[in-house]
Amino acid sequence: MSQDRLYVVTNDQITPGRARAGQVMVWGSFAILVLVAAWQVLGGYEVVTDFANWRPTLYAYLFFVTCYCISLVVRYGEQGKRRLFVVPATIFVLSMVFFPLIFGLTIAFSDWNLSAVNGQQFNGFDNIRQMWHDDFYWNALTNMVWYTLAILVEYAIALGLALLLNSQIRARKFFRVAFLLPLMLSPVAVSWMVGKSMLEARFGPVARLARSLGIDNPSFFGDAETARAMIMIMDAWTFIPFMMIMLLAGLQAIPKDIQEAARVDGANPWQNFWEVTFPLMLPVSITAIMIRIIFKLKLADIIINVTSGGPGGATDSVTSFIFREYRDRSNVGYGTMLAMVYLVFIIIGFTLFMKLAARWMRPKY
Amino acid sequence: MSQTQIFHDHEADRGHRVKWYAKRVVIYTILLTWAFICLFPIYWTITTSFKLAPDVMQGNMIPFVDYTPEWRGWRSLGLSPDTIGEYSTVRAEFMKRFLNSIIVALSASTLAVVLGSLAAYGLSRFEYRLGFMRNDDISFFFLSQLILPPVVLALPFLVLYREIDLLDSRIGLILLYTLTVLPIVIWIMRDQFSSIPVELEEAALVDGLSIWGAFLTIIMPIALPGMVAAFILSLVLTWNEYFFAALLTSTDATTLPVMVASQTGSQGINWWSMAALSTAAILPLVVIGIVLERYIIKGMAAGAVK
Repeated sequence: MSQDRLYVVTNDQITPGRARAGQVMVWGSFAILVLVAAWQVLGGYEVVTDFANWRPTLYAYLFFVTCYCISLVVRYGEQGKRRLFVVPATIFVLSMVFFPLIFGLTIAFSDWNLSAVNGQQFNGFDNIRQMWHDDFYWNALTNMVWYTLAILVEYAIALGLALLLNSQIRARKFFRVAFLLPLMLSPVAVSWMVGKSMLEARFGPVARLARSLGIDNPSFFGDAETARAMIMIMDAWTFIPFMMIMLLAGLQAIPKDIQEAARVDGANPWQNFWEVTFPLMLPVSITAIMIRIIFKLKLADIIINVTSGGPGGATDSVTSFIFREYRDRSNVGYGTMLAMVYLVFIIIGFTLFMKLAARWMRPKY
Repeated sequence: MSQTQIFHDHEADRGHRVKWYAKRVVIYTILLTWAFICLFPIYWTITTSFKLAPDVMQGNMIPFVDYTPEWRGWRSLGLSPDTIGEYSTVRAEFMKRFLNSIIVALSASTLAVVLGSLAAYGLSRFEYRLGFMRNDDISFFFLSQLILPPVVLALPFLVLYREIDLLDSRIGLILLYTLTVLPIVIWIMRDQFSSIPVELEEAALVDGLSIWGAFLTIIMPIALPGMVAAFILSLVLTWNEYFFAALLTSTDATTLPVMVASQTGSQGINWWSMAALSTAAILPLVVIGIVLERYIIKGMAAGAVK
């Protein structure tokens, strides 16, 4: 049995009556929950009078959860009070993730148009078959690969900026604040500020700049490659500060004497960076890249607002594709299936990435 | 008193100086260029909100030099000095969205910081066994929520919220936002708590405080900067969230990003009013970013460096 870091000898006298009271609380409230839920299920089949919605079951569930938390203290005393630190968050995440996920699985295997009258129709593997032939979905997945690869460039820029900010410069606070600001802006505002106005083909300042540089008809969202690059740039603009700050923190945590020792031993700045700083920064870099990938996989806001996937799905991310799939056809079943498949890809990808990262991070010497 | 110079700078030393200056110039050029890249869109948006149509088309950049600023964009929002006293439907709409955003972002961040701090404290102090899960498993369970993309939960929640009548309600959004920022809060706070020595609580417990008493009166004040950092980071993420808000709200609980987005869709955008709206939407966070920059950096650094 591993030891608590904060070890306290407690002297709890839990009387049998108290333990029993706790049991009664848990099972009693659970029985109420089951009863209410059963009533509502029966109500769905018009056996008993129905409620307007499932709120009563929700309230019964909340009541059960509260009773469970209280009963922890009643039943286990001091130990229960300790569990009370972790239990609320655990229950919250469990009920907010696992129930919807299981529920989502049942949706994924059905044809469910929210505006249709006949409601949920199970259709087995039809959605998967449809997905298999859906070129736009695979196109969106390939786009996600490109978007994710763009992180490497972002990382290089962020690392460069972090190195500059970490060197001896004046007005460091000003630069830090200025570099941080794009992160504070909402992607929706960015998509208007940059995507719709600055990159506007006629009056936008960037278009003007391009014209003065000799490009006759600057169009930023006309063809697939440029449009994708523009989305990448806008997304990079918002999130480079994020990586930069994490890397800066990593740089500041490197003890100065190691670099000085390397310099005394005759390493030039280039060697000093590649042989000392960069290897020491690897763990932070991998964390930063990993978090950046996580944020990148959610990429949707800018795409929805600037190109809505166009031209011809060239800029679609999976999220924006599913968003439009729902908006246009309000078919939850197919959209959920696509999202579930996406999740499976992500889990596989991340497992591989973690394995690789663990191998890289192993010290070389 | 004349004195001959005894020590002369060696050729190599002078060359070194020149190199040093050249390096400075390169460094500051890069820094200033990037600062320009970061700040120009903000500057552009704020100035555009004071432009008229001809100014936009001629590409005037600098107020008072190229063009005279007008309150046109702000008037269309009902926020210019001359319209601020009168009733304006646009402003009422804007204020409603603004209020929704504030309520949702603040409540979700508070809830996430409370739940997350408690969990992180527990995980940093005690060994748990919840079912088959040990401490490491519980931590992993929380952090693994990060890789769950919102789109996976979005449609199930849409149906679920419809069933329990939480669609288009602030509570529904608050719950979801809390879920999305909770892993980040736990990540930051776990780091904070494990850097606080256990002896503090041991002393407090010997002096007769309960565990919760020790947590609330001794540990919380020490961990407060970390909590503020986590709170502000959550605030930024929840204030800017668009995807869930666009999907799950329609009229009552719509947040500011949804309002901004709904204006861009229309053809022939009013540049000045869009600029004013965007400015109003980003300004709170820009101010927070400038004033509380320290905390934001602290929060993001906490997870990075172990």
